[in-house]
Amino acid sequence: MTPSPQMTDKPAHLEVERLTVAYGRRQVLDNVSFRVEFGERVVMVGPNGAGKSTLFKALVGLVKPQSGAIRIHGLSPGAHQDCVAYVPQREEVDWRFPVTVADVVMMGRFGRLGWFRRPTRADRAAVARGMELMGIAHLAHRPIGELSGGQQQRVFLARALAQDPHILLLDEPFTGVDAATQEATLSVLDALRDQHVTIILSTHDLGLAAARFERVLLINRRLIGDGPPAQALSRHLLTEAFGGQVLALPDGSVLVDQCACHQPEPESIVVK
Amino acid sequence: MNTLWSWIVAPLAYGFMQRGMLAAMLVGVLCAIIGCYVVLRSMAFLGDALAHAVLPGVAIAYLMGTNLTAGALVAAVVVALLISFFSRQGAIKEDTAIGIVFAAALALGVALISSVRTYAVDLTHIMFGNVLGVSPADLWLIAGIGAAVLLTVLVFYRQFLVVAFDPVLAATQRLPVERLRLLLLLLIALTIVVSLQTVGVGLVAAMLVTPGATAYLLTRRLPAMMTVAALIGAVSSISGLYLSYYINIASGAAVVLVATTIFTVVFLAAPGRGVVWQRGR
Repeated sequence: MTPSPQMTDKPAHLEVERLTVAYGRRQVLDNVSFRVEFGERVVMVGPNGAGKSTLFKALVGLVKPQSGAIRIHGLSPGAHQDCVAYVPQREEVDWRFPVTVADVVMMGRFGRLGWFRRPTRADRAAVARGMELMGIAHLAHRPIGELSGGQQQRVFLARALAQDPHILLLDEPFTGVDAATQEATLSVLDALRDQHVTIILSTHDLGLAAARFERVLLINRRLIGDGPPAQALSRHLLTEAFGGQVLALPDGSVLVDQCACHQPEPESIVVK
Repeated sequence: MNTLWSWIVAPLAYGFMQRGMLAAMLVGVLCAIIGCYVVLRSMAFLGDALAHAVLPGVAIAYLMGTNLTAGALVAAVVVALLISFFSRQGAIKEDTAIGIVFAAALALGVALISSVRTYAVDLTHIMFGNVLGVSPADLWLIAGIGAAVLLTVLVFYRQFLVVAFDPVLAATQRLPVERLRLLLLLLIALTIVVSLQTVGVGLVAAMLVTPGATAYLLTRRLPAMMTVAALIGAVSSISGLYLSYYINIASGAAVVLVATTIFTVVFLAAPGRGVVWQRGR
């Protein structure tokens, strides 16, 4: 067997080059370029409507770029969807649908199964492993309508893990979840880093981004900051990204007021 | 015991009753299974619209002296394609597209029918069904199309499941989401056409939605939901026909009323998933 570039077991690296995306006449992403190496862990922050979700959708080929290129292993996204798992925001599906937790996690395997192959023992093992890692194995036969927000998020993550991804994209996985789910997610992400899975995650929580990630992408339509938290979340760059929502405190720290975001209570985050 | 038995078999002495029973049961099962997708994807309006939109096809077939079912079939497929075309452009929402196409088709149907004076009886049959007029050929058509529809549902079960539950995942898995949606639309259209004879244009939406909605309240997984819905569809159809025979009411209406009664009972008494319980959460 000669290894083809698509089938390599090496975790993928990802390049985004001068990416521009528009919905009708409204430009959502403007000339965004960055590169993510094998097994790197990156957090994406920016105000609402900054284009974070759009960037994820472009990465999995759900929205077509107006111009620019995305390359995974040097190839366009279409050639690689098997190794990219995307965890969308939870509101994107109907949680009253009559399926169980195990059913949803098994859906992560459908991409590999193709059109008509039956799930094998290996598929079932991957599903069980995903649920085990996210601590929801005991909920396997529960209908998804009975789950809490945090449990729903764990189901989505377990499904992504069952895909055995090389690149994992998570859109706002911490919005509206309990602290235990957030910690469980972060520890799974730590374990994935040891397996060199590349991770890109978006969040509203600048404090978390600064504390738990070594690289931050600060975006608001354009890529404003890219680097370690101290550098990418500088007062100067935060002001550029968040505009009037940024308040400089006398001690030199910065307060970002995200009242405008869709969360139930106003939230303020201090970044040193 | 003997009287009950004779009560049950008496209507079956007639060939048209046997065919009617068989047709109603097939349609009840078919509508109920396809109807699960209609319920889960909130397509009740679409189902009703498709049913009314077959009218011009029937009228044209009548004017041309060809098979009415074939006319309905062509019209349903054309309307399904038109709705899909308009909503895929993205300029208008799907329910708006449905409203436009459905009303236009209905208007065309009424315009055509109004030009034919002798049409009144057949129109009533199309609107409200005439299950006792099912011919052996009709029965074969219902069975053939029904089997094809159910086989498609079975073969593409996994694909329809993902597209219905999580179209984003379906798209990332390179499934042809739009084509699968169109296929489902065509299956619904076919189901409606073969149902016209038993429940008619006016009532087929109820046969699509009511058993599925009832089963939704009773089950937790899609295969179980489909099975229970099929059972409710069959029971409603058969008991509806008996009702129609013994108290002499329109058969399509009787079938729908039985299904609605079952739904109401389940809605009020369902453990766990009744709406009362949902609101209480």
